Amino acid sequence: MNLTLKIWRQKGANDKGKMVDYSISDVSPDMSFLEMLDVLNSELITKGEEPVAFDHDCREGICGSCSLYINGEAHGPDRGVTTCQLHMRMFKDGDVITIEPFRAKAFPVIKDLIVDRSAFDRIQHAGGFISVNTSGLTVDANAIPVNKHDADESFMAATCIGCGACVASCKNASAMLFVGAKVSQFALLPQGQVEATDRVLNMVKQMDEEGFGNCTNTGACEVECPKGISLENIARMNREYLAASLKG
Amino acid sequence: MALDAKIPKGPLADKWTNHKNTIDLVNPANKRNIDIIVVGTGLAGGSAAATLAELGYNVKAFCFQDSPRRAHSIAAQGGINAAKNYQGDGDSTYRLFYDTVKGGDYRSREANVYRLAEVSANIIDQCVAQGVPFAREYGGLLDNRSFGGVLVSRTFYAAGQTGQQLLLGAYSAMNRQIGRGKITMYNRHEMLDVVKVDGKARGIIARDLVSGEIERHSAHAVVLGTGGYGNVFYLSTNAMGSNVTAAWKAHKRGAYFANPCYTQIHPTCIPVSGEHQSKLTLMSESLRNDGRIWVPKKKEDAEAIRAGKLKPTALAEQDRDYYLERRYPAFGNLVPRDVASRAAKERCDAGFGVNKTGEAVYLDFAAAFMRYGKEQAHVKGLDENDDALVKKLGQEIVKTKYGNLFQMYEKIVNQNPYETPMMIYPAVHYTMGGIWVDYNLQTTVPGLYAIGEANFSDHGANRLGASALMQGLADGYFVLPYTIGDYLSHDIRTGKIPTDTKEFEEAEKTVVDNINHLINNKGTHPVDYFHRRLGKIMWNKCGMARNAEDLKSAIHEISDLRAEFWKDVMVPGSADEFNEELAKAGRVADFLELGELFAKDALQREESAGGHFRDEYQTPEGEAMRRKEFQYVSAWEYKGEPKDAVLHKEELSYENIEVKERSYK
Repeated sequence: MNLTLKIWRQKGANDKGKMVDYSISDVSPDMSFLEMLDVLNSELITKGEEPVAFDHDCREGICGSCSLYINGEAHGPDRGVTTCQLHMRMFKDGDVITIEPFRAKAFPVIKDLIVDRSAFDRIQHAGGFISVNTSGLTVDANAIPVNKHDADESFMAATCIGCGACVASCKNASAMLFVGAKVSQFALLPQGQVEATDRVLNMVKQMDEEGFGNCTNTGACEVECPKGISLENIARMNREYLAASLKG
Repeated sequence: MALDAKIPKGPLADKWTNHKNTIDLVNPANKRNIDIIVVGTGLAGGSAAATLAELGYNVKAFCFQDSPRRAHSIAAQGGINAAKNYQGDGDSTYRLFYDTVKGGDYRSREANVYRLAEVSANIIDQCVAQGVPFAREYGGLLDNRSFGGVLVSRTFYAAGQTGQQLLLGAYSAMNRQIGRGKITMYNRHEMLDVVKVDGKARGIIARDLVSGEIERHSAHAVVLGTGGYGNVFYLSTNAMGSNVTAAWKAHKRGAYFANPCYTQIHPTCIPVSGEHQSKLTLMSESLRNDGRIWVPKKKEDAEAIRAGKLKPTALAEQDRDYYLERRYPAFGNLVPRDVASRAAKERCDAGFGVNKTGEAVYLDFAAAFMRYGKEQAHVKGLDENDDALVKKLGQEIVKTKYGNLFQMYEKIVNQNPYETPMMIYPAVHYTMGGIWVDYNLQTTVPGLYAIGEANFSDHGANRLGASALMQGLADGYFVLPYTIGDYLSHDIRTGKIPTDTKEFEEAEKTVVDNINHLINNKGTHPVDYFHRRLGKIMWNKCGMARNAEDLKSAIHEISDLRAEFWKDVMVPGSADEFNEELAKAGRVADFLELGELFAKDALQREESAGGHFRDEYQTPEGEAMRRKEFQYVSAWEYKGEPKDAVLHKEELSYENIEVKERSYK
């Protein structure tokens, strides 16, 4: 396949960025999207030009490093995948592909297609944990039975990889799917109950301070989430938050 | 230096308890005055950082990723072992210990492995308390499954994402300490050297990957939890950023590097599809619980399949060769990874491979669909003889167990594994070699510790499934936090370690000179060009099977390639900015040294053991042949060029296990 790529180039956080056109040929449909960018970069370096900076690491859909806004969609046109799992067979010969960084005030650009998602870390520092000592001297694991349905729901929420696609897809750049998933994981488990009130209040407060917008129930986040995290988690967070506010 | 493993005296089962009772402790008030650097934030580094901070030490943690949550432990799929015996199938600490030593082909250290088995049960308790959502049975209790190389069900799991959930558990424990200010987190930072003062590790030189700034960080002790070096093969199941740099720099500063040639090749990966490939994707070994592995019995059928003229589903049962079930009836498809990997290579080399390149075998779930489906039909009172219905019900069960893996396979290969058998082939996965450590996990440099995959100690020559997560967390949560206190108890009066000393200056200069050389080289080829070539040499000559002749030529080729790299590598951009190519160049430079030591180690070891298979040493049936005279750990001392490295041996003695021929038949 021969393709035209329109790629956002931005030297650093304080520089002005612009779209730059590149053409690439002999793209195999079996390549992943990131492997296609590897080929482009290798050509650029050989020509003495600067390669395009993009985040990536595990390349098997689980680390959450890869981002990219492709043709107006977080992680591109395929469903239920990260960018590293997006394959070029989703595109046609002659296509023009636009590649931009995830855009949100809370995700400042570091370089080219790389954004700073450390706001997600700070939300977790505010309460994304169960306060248990790491001594191993806790009760036997089977002394805390968990209803299978709750355990499965908790697991489904915990599968969030923190990639930020939900924020990038939201017209308000809201992080509520991410925070909802984190709150839900613990809210559904008996171990997480003791500090549930503080957890949801602190995490939501930090989320607001980071500059994420509000949820207006558009649902774009759920559509673009590579892990299929359900909107139900936002509802659960809202219920938790309301209950905590009334208590607090 | 004579290697002293510092294994405590006394009966095996009491060693760890006695050791904990007799080593020195640091008073809680003094812990506040002690700084510890932890490099790497995966299962080992993350759990260590959290625990050390909780004990009261001041921790500085470093990772090259944008968040500790992205460390490659996150990609581990299958599960974590623990000798809980919840299933009542005869499991015990001793059995887990025995299976691990046997699985490691009697090349691991008895005392360390026993301790690992001993603390394994606590890991599960700890993780459950932290809110790790393990798989549950309907009664609310934890579910287990089985993995290769064992006859009990001791593996705890969270669908096919156990590593992610365990890592998020450690990360949440870290978050709690970051929130309390006890851990200072340095994301997007890469360690580029260890600083030694008076022979002790007292800090590191790190590079801020965003600004390019070189930083000096001091501490009373340095802990490396930096993972393995499988990316020396270029193609592996490791994340793209996984590298040997921190470990290699530690080696250059005096830490011995042990068993570099012990590499685990994982049997169930998605086969290579073309030259563009950047990495190989692993499919959890747990699939072998329910999948049957086969190739066609007749060469002409294999040829027809490769040519696309015959569909695997059309091949009759009697024309299929379930070679693992045939060769190893006791363990069948659940033989250990090295055995399964070699058996696949043997069939493909003999001409029975099933993909275009002839380097793939089938992993078939058809039988599992029917087996589970019949059970479901029975439970639901439906017609057990309706094959279409049974298949559908069975597929639903398989989907709940391995759904994400099936989806991943379909995305990559573009074939539906519910309809046609998966194709798999072995790929480089986990490195059992690493920095030599004693029983306290201390390297040959005082104050420098190595944990998890970065050290060599617990896996021997081969690692059984679900044991890496166990070791990472055991080291980080339960071993290092005790043993490091013994060393630090002598440092309570030391005070802050200054960074404006000649040792820090000298180390920083080494780092800066290296970077300047790479940036100013202006050669003709990008870093990947050299990395790919290194990978080809490694895979072809130091891969699943090796021989003296190939290893000798590999040593020369790698050495020549290294010289060419330093002359001809092209690194664009500058050093004072975000520069991924520069970071990669430094990593590949270290791989080019490690690769040669790897080949040298493999050449020296004239035997076959686990993941190290020498063609010259095999039984008439093609099984690995160990040799008594090689029952030692090879620990290499750095002396400049890899060719000058000096070999030290730590003899391995087995007092509690009889060293037998390793049989899975």
